Amino acid sequence: MTATLDTTQTPEISLAQAVNRALRDAMTADEKVVVFGEDVGVLGGVFRVTDGLTRDFGEQRCFDTPLAEAGILGTAIGMAMYGFRPVVEMQFDAFAYPAFEQIASHLAKMRNRTRGALPLPVVVRVPYGGGIGGVEHHSDSSEGYFVATPGLHVVTPATVSDAYTLLRAAIESDDPVIFMEPKRLYWSKDRLATSGPAIGQAAVRRQGADATLIAYGPTVSTALEAAEAASADGYDLEVVDLRSIVPFDDATVCDSVRKTGRAVVIHEAAGFGGTGAEIAARVSERCFHWLEAPVRRVTGFDIPYPPPKLERYHLPSVDRILDAVASLQWEDR
Amino acid sequence: MTVLTTRDKTGSGFPLGFDTILDPSPLQYLDEHGALSGALRDDAPELAPEELLATWRAMVVGRRFDVQATTMVRQGRLAVYPSSYGQEACEIGAVLALRADDWLFPTYRDCVSMVTRGIDPVEALTLLRGDWHCGYDPQRRHTAPQCTPLATQAPHAAGLALAAKLAGDDTVALAFCGDGGTSEGDFHEALNFAAVYQAPAIFFVQNNQYAISVPLAKQTHAAALAHKAVGYGMAGVRVDGNDVIAVRRAVAEAAERARAGEGPTLIEAVTYRMQAHTNADDATRYREESEVEYWSARDPLARVETYLRARGLLTDDVLAEANQAAEALAAEMRLRLGGEPEVDHRDLFAHVYAEPTPQLREQAAALQAEIDAAALDAQAGEPGR
Repeated sequence: MTATLDTTQTPEISLAQAVNRALRDAMTADEKVVVFGEDVGVLGGVFRVTDGLTRDFGEQRCFDTPLAEAGILGTAIGMAMYGFRPVVEMQFDAFAYPAFEQIASHLAKMRNRTRGALPLPVVVRVPYGGGIGGVEHHSDSSEGYFVATPGLHVVTPATVSDAYTLLRAAIESDDPVIFMEPKRLYWSKDRLATSGPAIGQAAVRRQGADATLIAYGPTVSTALEAAEAASADGYDLEVVDLRSIVPFDDATVCDSVRKTGRAVVIHEAAGFGGTGAEIAARVSERCFHWLEAPVRRVTGFDIPYPPPKLERYHLPSVDRILDAVASLQWEDR
Repeated sequence: MTVLTTRDKTGSGFPLGFDTILDPSPLQYLDEHGALSGALRDDAPELAPEELLATWRAMVVGRRFDVQATTMVRQGRLAVYPSSYGQEACEIGAVLALRADDWLFPTYRDCVSMVTRGIDPVEALTLLRGDWHCGYDPQRRHTAPQCTPLATQAPHAAGLALAAKLAGDDTVALAFCGDGGTSEGDFHEALNFAAVYQAPAIFFVQNNQYAISVPLAKQTHAAALAHKAVGYGMAGVRVDGNDVIAVRRAVAEAAERARAGEGPTLIEAVTYRMQAHTNADDATRYREESEVEYWSARDPLARVETYLRARGLLTDDVLAEANQAAEALAAEMRLRLGGEPEVDHRDLFAHVYAEPTPQLREQAAALQAEIDAAALDAQAGEPGR
């Protein structure tokens, strides 16, 4: 599908505003869509993502909850059983952990255990990732836990337009979707395109011939920056933005790697047992005969997320990506 | 009445009300001898004979179901069966007080309540037979899948009740849970959410004294589980869980309050788990036989039978008909659960998502190829791999 770019002279909006607009448009389109979580009402959420929703749609459609993430998830599941389409906010990545049992034992399994009789169209919005100077428990990349839980879709936008289109698609989906919002991109701005590829389709953000950088969410912009920098060194890098980790777009990823013969996977979460390990394994299994070098990973270290004054050492950087690219067994260089 | 109401009666705006009654003695209409309970004789509910007989009959049938299911575990027909023998007043009294469109959130020990709601016995036992996780259509039966992780279904009941309220319906949601489940965080969060939103929910705790082997005294230091209602600002009721009249009346009143917009109720029904936790458990390791005998003398079915006989309602014909219905159900269970269940390997992949992911399609095809190859080998008379 081709993106419809908003060609009117609308100003650029932030990623947070794009999420807000997706929520508004979904609530306008379907009265069964309800938004709730901690501080999402009058305050508009700690990141102002739900700004004005209670004012404009009323307290029955967007409301504050007690401070209890398992209760929020459990309530959402019960409401979905009665025909609603709840969109709930986990205030920060690490604050979603108390909800994990509800997500793993019920949200992910209800459709399957009832042979399709009880689908749960619930969207769980999780602001995630580092790079915002957050203190302990405010910067985790928790996607791996959800990715390892069959029954969930795990989606993460890297652009303003994807924040809108993927969230609209997530709310319309009859399956539960964990919607991971890269919080350091909340304030990044762009013009909004209100349609785009479906959940499950990756996007090639930059064409290149020499190696493929595979990234998602917050590391897509880092990968693009690295690709620009690499071109000065004579490397022509392709950048694939996964957009959704589950379902995984093997086709787009493998087409790219078969073309370039080299791949680097980038994410903020710890490398050991991380999503990148799965991606590297999939690419190796499917593209072995096209590969000129082992698939490399550039990830966070295998450590608890560091304090703000140290996070610059932990996060995948342009330099670290360039070093990984340089190590991909190039001949004649 | 021993309804521990915490609603503000003074109009002072203080949510808990200083006149909260904390009498922990359970609401009882029928004592252990099947006589109308002395203290409440004057307040006895005017239960119509037909309603009393229907309740008793469901208990006869429900008990037979339970005994048959326990037998079928020993025969290897079921993988496991957590018995609710002796808890029929709770299982049956609670659901008979609900409307068919009210929602029930049962646990693994609540098959009898589900069968009482009209769920097919084979569908009710699908989980415990092991051919699938949930055998019935929850939407059609207004009954959630049986829940195994303790108390995690309680917030679903709060959410569904809130949804019904927002939709303008007068549907009520009742969640069962055990005494052990009240220690879980989800129990607390569910009651708190339901109270904050004044959701039409009923949390029905079957206090059967044991969480597998751990007795109530090690589960809580509270004088009564019903007292927890005070902390949430909701109505709390403690009933004799072996008195089906008391259970029915407590649930009916809670449902009435819920439908009237007066919010949720916590009901603690004091009963006893007569059998071990499951067939895999050995209850002699943690409790005395004398304790079981004590509760045996307080059997909920014998109690209501004595009462009905005393009222002249339980004729030989009525008794014969009920026993016949119970035996017919048991025979049907033996017949329909006797053979090996038919399973379809394609079910493994078909229901995970609305549309299988490309990865699941690949895996389904790989399994199909494996099965087809094995079938071809079998046809050719070759030993399987």
